[in-house]
Amino acid sequence: MRPAVLKTEDLTVKFGGLKALNGLDFELCEGQFLGLIGPNGSGKTTFFNALTGIYRPASGNVFLHGKDITGVSPNKVYGYGITRTFQRLRLATSLSVLDNLIIGNQRNLNFGIWRNIFDRKYFKSQLKEQTEIAEDLLRRFSPDLAALLLKPISSLSMIDRRRVEVCRALISEPKILLLDEPSAGMTPDETRALMDELQGWRAQHPTLSTILIEHEMELINKVSDTCVVLNYGEKIAEGKYSDVSNNPSVRAAYLGED
Amino acid sequence: MAANRLVGRPVSGESLIPMSQLKTQLVILIGISLSVIVLYGFLYLEHEWEIGLLLVTLPVAILLLKRANMLIYFQTAARMMPRFTLVSFVLGVLALILLLRHEHFALLMLTTVLLYVTVSLGLTIQFGFAGLVNFAAIAFFGIGAYSMAVLNHNFHAVPDLVIILFSGLISALLGALLILPILRTRGHYAALITIAFGILLRTFLEVNDVFGGPQGLKVDGLEILGWDFANSFPSVLGGGSFYMAYAIAALLLAAAAYLLTRLIEASWFGLNMDSVRLDEVASASFGINAPRWKITAFMVGNFFAGLAGAVYAAMSGFIAPASFNFADSLLLVSIVLLGGIGNAVAVIPAALLIVVLPEKFQVIQEYRLLLFGIVVILILRFRPNGLIPRGLRQYFTGSSA
Repeated sequence: MRPAVLKTEDLTVKFGGLKALNGLDFELCEGQFLGLIGPNGSGKTTFFNALTGIYRPASGNVFLHGKDITGVSPNKVYGYGITRTFQRLRLATSLSVLDNLIIGNQRNLNFGIWRNIFDRKYFKSQLKEQTEIAEDLLRRFSPDLAALLLKPISSLSMIDRRRVEVCRALISEPKILLLDEPSAGMTPDETRALMDELQGWRAQHPTLSTILIEHEMELINKVSDTCVVLNYGEKIAEGKYSDVSNNPSVRAAYLGED
Repeated sequence: MAANRLVGRPVSGESLIPMSQLKTQLVILIGISLSVIVLYGFLYLEHEWEIGLLLVTLPVAILLLKRANMLIYFQTAARMMPRFTLVSFVLGVLALILLLRHEHFALLMLTTVLLYVTVSLGLTIQFGFAGLVNFAAIAFFGIGAYSMAVLNHNFHAVPDLVIILFSGLISALLGALLILPILRTRGHYAALITIAFGILLRTFLEVNDVFGGPQGLKVDGLEILGWDFANSFPSVLGGGSFYMAYAIAALLLAAAAYLLTRLIEASWFGLNMDSVRLDEVASASFGINAPRWKITAFMVGNFFAGLAGAVYAAMSGFIAPASFNFADSLLLVSIVLLGGIGNAVAVIPAALLIVVLPEKFQVIQEYRLLLFGIVVILILRFRPNGLIPRGLRQYFTGSSA
């Protein structure tokens, strides 16, 4: 068994009286591709928000490589190498693809006043370096995307926006990638194309661990190593997709009980 | 590939026309000359019908230039060689100041425009880049003015240039008082806090005898590098108005503020400010510390306002709380809205229109705020991005950059 990268113990998030996550124990191993499924409102996105510091858990802990990172700020979470995409795209639409990717690569930017404002020669070399990194990433992820580097996001199609958002999460070479329903708003063909690209990326980066939130069962079946099923903020099943999908409580959660 | 395209040539390459360096410079010089002539017209013409004619011909001329595909040459040239454009513009305005050296009123207006441009550039950083609404611009301008009055009176040994800088710093530091409440609020509420601050400051000045109360304070004139601003231009060179030195000082200040604004925009600072404005949650998820960039923008913007206020105080020779009204803050915000939010160049024509037109048309003078209210509503309705909308972010342009 590969070592656990991310682990939560008894993780609970409350909104007033509602427990959006209820005592969740969860484990993600290095290089694993984990599908996180569950009906609407089962706490999937809440789980991401709790991991990335947007929500503060009411109780329980999050461990990254055994280190407790419960309740740290989103800035820090990024610094630890956890990046994410959002269910409803959160790109800066009036900025170019390049700008969005550079935003994703914060960690490697120099923010000295001198180096930014006055030493423009240095800044130019920095910009050139970032541009090359971004272009190289786009080309490796999806060859056609590189041509769009200097276009504003607002001129891009839905699938290209999704791709750019995934690339923004990948550019800083994270250890853990959190994908929040990347298929939302896309056709099945587009989703398939994106998943193929993700699989291609994984093949090149075997240590990258991924959690994918997804509604489409087919998709989960195709790409994930294991699944975790949430319902009402609790884990109701875990394991290979084939096992999970036959689990009676999962069927009940999705289809309703007899 | 794209990297070379980016650092070598303008970003949105397809809409621009390739030109040789000499031709580019020539186009810039023609463009600047034309703008300086228009500027001269605005400042010098006195009859309402003359200004009216100018106001009608100008948009028509611009439209015709656009139709004839000529405007693109000017835009391309200015984008290709931004430094050259800035230097020629400054020299052009300098020539204009010399030309108008006996016209007190025209010079006073020009100086006011340039000082308002400086404050509006501060607002551009705050509102246009970082998304912070500041309805207290005139309060920070006022803090700069009062700092100038007090410091210049009490510290004769200190060079006036240092005192101007200190006035700007004091303005930025007092603005820091607002940082906590502003970081804890959003949108309308943050705007309300700045409005409250402006009113508080005015009341504080009115009741405080140290600062002259409602009667205000006398301010000593400037003396920079041995040049006493109160004495006119050396008579060997033909003499000139008392305002000339202040117009030149305001010009240099505005140019420096413009350069700094553009450098901030074209760096990671500007990128992060844009990111914070557009989506704070996404920014935080990529390690951007939103408070840091908001504070930076707020401080730099108020610093600009303070510098402009200091020069204004020295020029007026007298300041009182009544000179720093909430209405003037609104005026400054409307300059940014009219020009184009986040576009540093756009505040120049916008400030010119907003400052000069009321002086030229008595009707506007009387119904000033009413008319500006209407203008702002029309702009927001029909051209929400302003007269000259901000383009895509640019880092480097032209061969000279």
